[in-house]
Amino acid sequence: MSRVTMAWLGVTCARGIPCEAVATVTTQQPQRRAPKTGRFSNSVVKKTVMAVSGIIMILYLIAHMIGNLHAFEGADEFNEYSHWIRTIGEPAAPHGTVLWIIRLVLLASVVAHFWSAISLWRQARRARPVAYVTKKRVQQSFASRTVRWGGVILLLFVIWHILDLTFGAVNPAGTGTTPYERLVASFQNIPITLFYVLAMVLLGLHLRHGIFAATQTLGQTNKRRERAVNGIAYVVATLLTAGFLLVPLSIASGLID
Amino acid sequence: MNLTLKVWRQLDRTQKGKMVTYHVTDVSPDMSFLEMLDVLNEKLILEGDDPVAFDHDCREGICGSCGLMIDGIAHGPEQATVCQLHMRSFKDGDVIDIEPWRSGGFPVVKDLVVDRSALDRIISAGGFISAPTGTAPDAHAVPVPKKDSDAAFDAATCIGCGACVAACPNGSAMLFTAAKVSHLGLLPQGQPERDMRVLRMVAQQDAEDFGGCSNIGECSAVCPKGISMETISRLNHDLLGALRAGAVPTS
Amino acid sequence: MPLDLFTVGEPIADTKAPRDVPIDKRWDERKFRAKLVNPANRRRLSIIVVGTGLAGGSAAATLAEMGYRVQNFWFQDSPRRAHSVAAQGGINAAKNYRNDGDSVHRLFYDTVKGGDFRSREDNVYRLAEVSTNIIDQCVAQGVPFAREYGGLLDNRSFGGAQVSRTFYARGQTGQQLLYGAYQALERQIGLGNVEQHPRTEMLDLIVVDGRARGIVVRDLITGAISSHFADAVVLASGGYSNVFYLSTNAKGSNVTAAWRAHKRGALFANPCYTQIHPTCIPVSGDYQSKLTLMSESLRNDGRVWVPKERGDERDPRQIPEDERDYFLERKYPAFGNLVPRDIASRQAKNVCDEGRGVGPSGLGVYLDFTDAIQRMGRKTIEAKYGNLFDMYNRITGEDAYETGMRIYPAVHYTMGGLWVDYDLESTIPGLFVIGEANFSDHGANRLGASALMQGLADGYFVLPNTISNYLAAGPFPKVDATHPAAVEAEQGVRAQTERLLSINGTRTVASFHRELGKLMWDLCGMERSEESLRKALDRIPEIRHEFWTNVKVSGEQGRFNQNLEHAGRVADFIELAELMCVDALHRNESCGGHFRAESQTPEGEALRDDENYAYVAAWEYTPNGTPPVLHREALEYEYVHLAQRSYK
Ligand SMILES: Cc1cc2nc3c(=O)[nH]c(=O)nc-3n(C[C@H](O)[C@H](O)[C@H](O)COP(=O)(O)OP(=O)(O)OC[C@H]3O[C@@H](n4cnc5c(N)ncnc54)[C@H](O)[C@@H]3O)c2cc1C
Ligand code: HEM
Ligand code: HEM
Ligand code: SF4
Ligand code: F3S
Ligand code: FES
Repeated sequence: MSRVTMAWLGVTCARGIPCEAVATVTTQQPQRRAPKTGRFSNSVVKKTVMAVSGIIMILYLIAHMIGNLHAFEGADEFNEYSHWIRTIGEPAAPHGTVLWIIRLVLLASVVAHFWSAISLWRQARRARPVAYVTKKRVQQSFASRTVRWGGVILLLFVIWHILDLTFGAVNPAGTGTTPYERLVASFQNIPITLFYVLAMVLLGLHLRHGIFAATQTLGQTNKRRERAVNGIAYVVATLLTAGFLLVPLSIASGLID
Repeated sequence: MNLTLKVWRQLDRTQKGKMVTYHVTDVSPDMSFLEMLDVLNEKLILEGDDPVAFDHDCREGICGSCGLMIDGIAHGPEQATVCQLHMRSFKDGDVIDIEPWRSGGFPVVKDLVVDRSALDRIISAGGFISAPTGTAPDAHAVPVPKKDSDAAFDAATCIGCGACVAACPNGSAMLFTAAKVSHLGLLPQGQPERDMRVLRMVAQQDAEDFGGCSNIGECSAVCPKGISMETISRLNHDLLGALRAGAVPTS
Repeated sequence: MPLDLFTVGEPIADTKAPRDVPIDKRWDERKFRAKLVNPANRRRLSIIVVGTGLAGGSAAATLAEMGYRVQNFWFQDSPRRAHSVAAQGGINAAKNYRNDGDSVHRLFYDTVKGGDFRSREDNVYRLAEVSTNIIDQCVAQGVPFAREYGGLLDNRSFGGAQVSRTFYARGQTGQQLLYGAYQALERQIGLGNVEQHPRTEMLDLIVVDGRARGIVVRDLITGAISSHFADAVVLASGGYSNVFYLSTNAKGSNVTAAWRAHKRGALFANPCYTQIHPTCIPVSGDYQSKLTLMSESLRNDGRVWVPKERGDERDPRQIPEDERDYFLERKYPAFGNLVPRDIASRQAKNVCDEGRGVGPSGLGVYLDFTDAIQRMGRKTIEAKYGNLFDMYNRITGEDAYETGMRIYPAVHYTMGGLWVDYDLESTIPGLFVIGEANFSDHGANRLGASALMQGLADGYFVLPNTISNYLAAGPFPKVDATHPAAVEAEQGVRAQTERLLSINGTRTVASFHRELGKLMWDLCGMERSEESLRKALDRIPEIRHEFWTNVKVSGEQGRFNQNLEHAGRVADFIELAELMCVDALHRNESCGGHFRAESQTPEGEALRDDENYAYVAAWEYTPNGTPPVLHREALEYEYVHLAQRSYK
């Protein structure tokens, strides 16, 4: 209900000499944008999805990392372990049930994590349509800057990794081999090992930022806890990265064969 | 000292802008950054050029009007508003880039002036305590623990300058919104509206073409009032609490 | 009296305060007698509010809550940036939470006395009365006032008051109070009860059939000029200290809204009453664009001194104790460094005029904390004043823990403003004026922490009650932009903008503003004399003439043009400056912030002349350069007895 009045749109032609133009104007009113409805359009909710799915993946990775260390006990033990995960819950549940549940939960987490990451990424791009000519960093860490691309590389890694070690599709030893054979075959191959190392470093960085971020996103940080949370993030990220790297590096260096 | 300035010039919202180079001479180290721009503008006016538009008012760091990206850092090298930045932070011969805040939520009005009314709309969505005039009980009716009152104050010092948005790689206004959510949420008076407040403010923030926060922390590092990232955690906490309590995310 | 400079018209008087009842009953009685507007009718009544400071913001929010249709205009981008945001010290209220003998009556008494007996008792009493409601209201809104460990509000004594009645929020009281009002206002905007017009400047008042019915504004982004109408207009546009160019006010603070209303018939009262604040950071060079206030509280622990010898340029730390002159302690042994603002300011000026000033410009005195640091330890001083020391360091690059802080007085507040009656209505029916823009409550000198109180009292509690008495007769006949009064006003505004842009001379707007400011500071500043004022009155018309023939304003009307905005404001300041000097010249007495060299006691203190000047000088504008007309409102003191101030 703005008051519309006849007013003069000040158009100046040559310096200082106004040329008249009568138009209907009013003073500018900031436009109101209607907020979107729905739970999942809320950016904090999206972040929460990311944090929860991230935490699920971290828990899986801790178990996975420990499981991988069975490689040091030799081929039989490792294959036995691989077999065992497929038999958990038997005979109450049919063969492979628990593994499939884990797989489904993981798949859901990856999808949810990826969806919220992409969605927030797009929102961030809309939020800065014109880039700065000069922009300096004051605070942000390397870890926080690499989450997005690092995450994408991690996703590619996981796909490739499953094709490699679970199915053997891209494994030098091929399909129909034992898990231990695939493992050894991959890491005796230098380029593959390097790719794993790269992925694990990215994972470390991702978690270094991700663990702090997830705590913050779930509303659990404060000034007092900030140092502790950051410390935990460092430690967990380092332990996971190191733990994961132990197996490939040992194989590559011939410690295990 | 003598300086070279590269200033973003843009006629209005609809036109394209570009960086234009100017030279200023005899700059005194005691000048504030804005006074240095005043000197440039006086010169431009006398030469028949269009002076550089920039927002400013109080020039003492409290109104939140001023705000420039100086050499890629919001409000420049000191963690204070531009009006409180003095030329002794620069040295003779420096080349200084000056840009407006860049955000989808802050369209450029002219040159270095942007429209920050989106921040007001976030407040108007819920950044208040409904206390119609004349209905208040005696001020001593509700004691507030000093700790809470001090923490609320820390958050309440936000001047709405928008540097947090400008600095955030995601263009998020989270620190601004979180400061208000924390201020009001820490006080007993703010409790009745606490759930709705956070939901509506975040929904409005998302609607204004601001990004989501990914906990990077640039915002707090450039905030002239040192608003802490803790406020963001508090906002997240309140929002999740509100959702658990069954509230719906928007008005 | 110099009759060439003004003529004397009919006396005026406030007719709204019910003086037939005792002073403590008058406000209730006024509210009772005032006509009311039934809630259902309020939606049919519209009100224009200019300004979003403490006064305008609180008024717009409250009027909208009551159900009126409010249109709110301001020139910054957000209501939160109004200059009230900069107030530091605190806000007074007669809560007596300290049980130290405070009361409404004592606050009333202190304010009348502090104003040097040049304010209206009725208004001041009401101010003291509603002061307590303000604190309640603000706390309910979530204003984070300082609290004690018990959880209750803290108070301090401020500006030499003998009771602790000042509520504060660290050094940012104005900011927090303003955000309270701003949030209430944003809530009403969100509810659709307030139509907002940011970055819009009022450039004229539209008076139809003797009533204020609208305003002409310029949209500062598009340059569009348009008219807006309502049943009543409220001005809350702040003070005019920027007539001095250098002041503690924000750069945008201006007199334009008030001055244009004055030119439309509203009387302007006591324009010469300006307050000079003693503790500001001194000027550092010609480029200086504004002055920064350092809280008055520093004088509680700092000692003010200058060297005894003129031209002593030694490092202050090298100057031995017996070569220092602690001039306030010397002259006012009882109050020492805590004498009121006007006295502290004038004494600092005097020692600088003697050539004993310090710092590069010679315009400064030391405010020294060495003794305090020795006595209480650096930690204590840091805790008390850390933020001020930091601010000083940021601006001057000097460390005040190590060396004396340099301070100098600066213009800070203007007690004068548009004349209003007890209802806060000006002499134009339907035009209400609140906050610093009116003249009402502070007399010739304002006490610390009372401007915030007045702004919020006016906006939250007084105006919303009194405006209904006027609106009860509405809605008034519809007016639109085709009405001759509106057409004429809009054309006037356009003509002025066009003219400013077409002069295309050789001097910038800022250079005129600086010249005017320096002249006002030198000749109509802390000390005024017939000679200085006559000199100013000779020079101002020349400046005005040169401005209108030689100013260079860049850019276009139809765009965002800050230079054009500034030009319009300076044009009005030049006219106001002349009236200030006339007012200062005609008031041949010293009172409060107005010190006439001719009127002082043998010890050099301000000497009032109650016999001849116990009145409000309300000036009427007359067109075509004819002299203004003086209307006197006699001041009577029923409850506080006239007495000379003494701080010896
Ligand atoms: C540095 C400083 C410290 C202070 N400290 C204290 C203190 O501790 N205690 C105390 O009591 N007082 C203090 N004061 C005084 C007090 O802050 C002011 O007197 C008071 O805030 C004025 O409020 P206001 O609402 O009248 O005006 P303002 O807050 O100045 O608001 C003016 C409003 O009018 C608008 N406006 C002006 N002109 C136009 C126009 N032409 N068109 C459209 N809109 C217009 C502006 O946009 C703004 O919204 C201090 C003042 C200063 C400068
Ligand atoms: C599928 C590939 C992945 C992608 C594309 C991806 C991407 C991202 C992105 C963009 C963020 C957001 C950073 C931010 O906004 O703060 C993020 C956060 C996070 N990621 Fe990932 N990530 C991936 C895999 C993983 C994995 C495998 C884990 C755990 C083992 C993980 C754990 C986390 C955690 C804990 C967070 C923090 C959540 C938060 O910000 O609140 N991510 N990820
Ligand atoms: C260097 C480190 C790693 C090693 C040596 C390793 C090893 C293995 C092996 C041997 C398997 C096959 C197990 C089997 O089929 O029985 C496997 C499966 C898998 N790994 Fe890894 N892994 C590593 C890192 C990772 C990382 C970082 C991730 C995730 C981000 C990951 C995710 C998975 C997944 C999802 C499976 C499939 C599980 C299934 O569905 O059966 N691994 N890994
Ligand atoms: S949070 Fe800090 S940077 Fe952001 S608007 Fe508030 S004061 Fe400015
Ligand atoms: S920089 Fe941006 S990502 Fe969040 S923590 Fe600050 S808003
Ligand atoms: S001009 Fe007010 S904060 Fe800088």
